[in-house]
Amino acid sequence: MALPEDDPATASAEAVAEAPLVEAPADTVAGEVVLRLTDLVKTFPGVRALDGVQLEVRAGEVHCLLGQNGAGKSTLIKVLAGVHQPDSGQVEWRGEPATFANPQAAMKAGIATIYQELDLVEDLSVAENAFLGHEYRSFGFVRRGRMARHTRQILSRLGHGEIPPGRMVRSLPAAGKQIVSMARALSHEARLIIMDEPSAVLAHDEVGNLFRIIRELTAQGIAVIYISHRLEEIREIGDRVTVLKDGRTTAANLPARDTPTRDLVSRMTGRTIEYVFPDRPTDDSAGADLLQVQGLTRTGEFADVSLTVRAGEIVGIAGLVGSGRSELLETIYGARLPEAGTVQMDGKVLRPGVGAAVRAGMGMAPEERKSQALLLGEPIYRNVTLATFGRYARLGFTNAAKERAEADRIAETLELRPRDVDRPVRTLSGGNQQKVVVGRWLLGGTKLLLLDEPTRGVDVGARAELYQVIRALAAQGVGVLLVSSEVPEVLGLADRVLVMREGRVVREAAAGELDENTVLDLVMAGSLMEGAPA
Amino acid sequence: MSDATPTPTATPERPQLPAQSPPVDPAETAVANNKAGSGGKLSWWRGDGGDGAKRNLGLIGVLAALIVVGAVTKPDLYGDPNWVWNNVLAILQLASVVGVVTVGMTFVIIGGGIDLSVGAIVALAGVWCTTVATQSYGAGGMIFAALAVGICVGLVNGVLISYGRLVPFIATLAMLVAARGLAASISNKQTQVSSSTFINDIAARKVIGIPILVYILGAVVLAGWVVLNRTTFGRRTIAVGGNPEAARLAGINVRRHTMLLYALSGLCCGIAAIMLTSQATSAQAAMANLYELDAIAAAIIGGTLLSGGRGTIVGSLLGVIIFATITNLFAINGLSIEAQNMVKGGIIVAAVLVQQFQFKSVTRLLARNRVTTAT
Repeated sequence: MALPEDDPATASAEAVAEAPLVEAPADTVAGEVVLRLTDLVKTFPGVRALDGVQLEVRAGEVHCLLGQNGAGKSTLIKVLAGVHQPDSGQVEWRGEPATFANPQAAMKAGIATIYQELDLVEDLSVAENAFLGHEYRSFGFVRRGRMARHTRQILSRLGHGEIPPGRMVRSLPAAGKQIVSMARALSHEARLIIMDEPSAVLAHDEVGNLFRIIRELTAQGIAVIYISHRLEEIREIGDRVTVLKDGRTTAANLPARDTPTRDLVSRMTGRTIEYVFPDRPTDDSAGADLLQVQGLTRTGEFADVSLTVRAGEIVGIAGLVGSGRSELLETIYGARLPEAGTVQMDGKVLRPGVGAAVRAGMGMAPEERKSQALLLGEPIYRNVTLATFGRYARLGFTNAAKERAEADRIAETLELRPRDVDRPVRTLSGGNQQKVVVGRWLLGGTKLLLLDEPTRGVDVGARAELYQVIRALAAQGVGVLLVSSEVPEVLGLADRVLVMREGRVVREAAAGELDENTVLDLVMAGSLMEGAPA
Repeated sequence: MSDATPTPTATPERPQLPAQSPPVDPAETAVANNKAGSGGKLSWWRGDGGDGAKRNLGLIGVLAALIVVGAVTKPDLYGDPNWVWNNVLAILQLASVVGVVTVGMTFVIIGGGIDLSVGAIVALAGVWCTTVATQSYGAGGMIFAALAVGICVGLVNGVLISYGRLVPFIATLAMLVAARGLAASISNKQTQVSSSTFINDIAARKVIGIPILVYILGAVVLAGWVVLNRTTFGRRTIAVGGNPEAARLAGINVRRHTMLLYALSGLCCGIAAIMLTSQATSAQAAMANLYELDAIAAAIIGGTLLSGGRGTIVGSLLGVIIFATITNLFAINGLSIEAQNMVKGGIIVAAVLVQQFQFKSVTRLLARNRVTTAT
């Protein structure tokens, strides 16, 4: 018996029909095809992460992968790196069908992956990291000298002969660590290097250096799959672009330099599933200022953010992962200490700490449901009352009957399925787990709800229900501050939108004044003027 | 997932949200519970949880097996009901001191920590309450001293761990060494005899045929059960141990609660110190040696998850009783303590292996169901 929200197959079927694959003539690149993926499918419980991916990578090219969060890029990388096995579809590696049973197999075949969070052992030396898992040895002893020599050779090939192979990786800056990751890839004689947002950890001038290295690698015939959200980088370094959306290739082998931005963005967004958003109230029903944030700053996360949320208003923050939005939300909630700036509720400055925020009437549904919000083994009712069980207690004794009743009331309101508050939360689907987290704050007079990616991992049907719930809360006078990397969600649900990029608010406007392309363009720091046809 | 109820058609109509926290009368509550299909399960004693209860049944099975072994090896002794009753009391008395310590330990472990210093705290509290100066205040003064020392040392542990951000293992390991050192220096490495007949009588006396120590164990276990399953303190303990980040983001003061957990463990050690002093009619710095290992082992075979968030008082009690029964079994058969320790080690490993196996098979089952629903 499948719950409706566990079955995205129907949605996928119609989407395939509506989104024809675009393929540009690909004579721009001369090298032979090293990697060809055909109709790659990968399903996880409840999610079709890859749903027919096509990809063709040639030797000596920089092939860019573009797609919104959740488009399937990470899964695709992991399939190529041998972490996941595809359910169906072909992987052709250097002309032969191939399967990579594990990461070692992929590396041996010559595919190296540089993950966003660099997977280096901080307390080993540069050389030890470069040759981790395939050290030179004889009779069980590591041949340090030989490893160091080879590492030095590779480093100078990367243009960084100045990094001593014996240095501890911990002491290197982020850019240096990335070089070590690349050295590791080259130590495997990699023919294809996959880079997942390599520029995200780098300062501006270091990106130039990264590009120089990439060019030298491709000149040696090595292929690079380059993933980035920054369109300007793709234009600078990329040869061809493949766009993913909802686990499918929507455009393949577009020329990276002259495909208009508008085309790329529409290929990333062109929705096949219409979200159902509740209507906004017609009159301006928002009340007095509820939350006032002044000049909030945390170095390296966000700077000088000011915003207000009024009672009954939904304010949305659009931004990419790493734009500082989640950190901002947690700081407002008192879970992080600001370096500068103030947070006021009802005109009163909040003392630091989550406890003070909750007492002032804030509630938060954090980004990572499972690790930040739920006690997975505990029953639903205990999760719903996690923030309020003290209020039902008398003299320190909990009132389980009342907690169950309240939780059941919430379960009924939010149409929780199955509606059995004694079940462990672990057994619920993602959407229903999210309802438990949101439901927690419907108890006990929450005035301001902070929602961080409320629909991540939630399927389409349950999304619409969550949107209704959020709007209904606002209609009751609750202020909502919503963060989402899905631009249509922010635009469709919020009354007012703030766009964040690299820790700063770059635009604030009523939701009706913005459209998806404009917002995407703002968050990705590209420029419509540059790429758009005149 | 597999047994999901047939869902009503999911028309996303505008849900009517409740007015926030309206008064709920008891009748409504009962109705709501029945509607939720949980009304039948709602009884006062329920609380250790379904799978926890099942695990405890397994432990009772182990206990029964141990008794069968005893009956087979010493049929003449087990044929005498009088002897059996006295033997049961002997086992419970043997279990009582470690049992009290284990209750505190169970709280700490469920709360996501560990307390290696319990044996040392018992020794320090015992030595402190038997100094000449303390004994001059009489039995009341001695009891107060033991409890106060236990709580204070526990608080030091708690402050170091929650506010000093030391790893529990390290903080309490340091306390283990330091508290025994302090105990040795206070007692000048001498055995301090208790001259209080009130204290000494605790272990010597019986009430209605049952030793007072067993009553104390029963009272502490009962109190521990109520606190864990029926109070906000217990709920916070499970939340803090199960997912500290979720607890923090729900507004629970995780640090303060962690600190209190170690103070609670210290309090249990103080009680145990009085019991042990009474048993020996004296105290010395080497007393309660390796109690930390006994208490941790008992909690673990009782089903308490070492990573926190799950555990039961009843399970821990059964763990302590199982160990005491093994000791008793070896004693009546005249076997060596070395063999006994080897068996104990084997039982710890076996218990954890069985629990892991159960857990894995359950998750595998869930995963399989989920895949079938998805396709």
